[in-house]
Amino acid sequence: MEEFEDDEIVKKIMHVMREAPHGTIYTYEGLEMILIMAAYDQDISVAFIDDGVYALKKGQNTEGIEMKGFAKTFGALDGYDVEKLFVDQPVSDDVEGEEVSEEVISD
Amino acid sequence: MNIGILLKEGPYNHQAADTAYKFAEAAIKKGHTIDAVFFYNDGVINATKLMDPPQDDRHIANRWKNLCQKHGVQILACVAAAKRRGINDDVLIDCGTITGLGNLTDIAIRNDRLITFGD
Repeated sequence: MEEFEDDEIVKKIMHVMREAPHGTIYTYEGLEMILIMAAYDQDISVAFIDDGVYALKKGQNTEGIEMKGFAKTFGALDGYDVEKLFVDQPVSDDVEGEEVSEEVISD
Repeated sequence: MNIGILLKEGPYNHQAADTAYKFAEAAIKKGHTIDAVFFYNDGVINATKLMDPPQDDRHIANRWKNLCQKHGVQILACVAAAKRRGINDDVLIDCGTITGLGNLTDIAIRNDRLITFGD
């Protein structure tokens, strides 16, 4: 019988998304980082604060700026076993007329 | 303490590269171990040996090279971020390595802390 290591290291890693999704590359390359780390069975969480909450906005259309749209991938993170998503509520409330994706925020 | 460093900003444009280096230097002096410096986002531009700043300015790429050669710190650049920005093995500083984000994950796992520098 193979024994499972009791002391296998599981690190808590929190990714903090705090920039708007398309003014800089931080959000997109950050998402790539989350997806890779998710494959390593670590305790991953993601916090959306400041302009980072815009990453979860519904109905994004990036055609006009010729950028790859990746909002849907954020909504699908639980499919990669990234289930701990935290959204800064006061900020997302302040964002006038915003619809922060409900299925994501409910986590 | 074993420490990994994640650097997310390019050289000269932002203080993060300087702060990360000064932090590494100070930590080593205090007896800590810097396992690796991982360049991501524009941070990968720290890894080009083509940079040639004025003589009276600090040479940031040489700092990383020295950190590697004198203290055994791994100097790593993310391949996906590097490819976007024209950084490949042809322009890479001596002692540097282009690698994947999986390696960054391993650094986060095996060290006591992963410390991020950059916006």
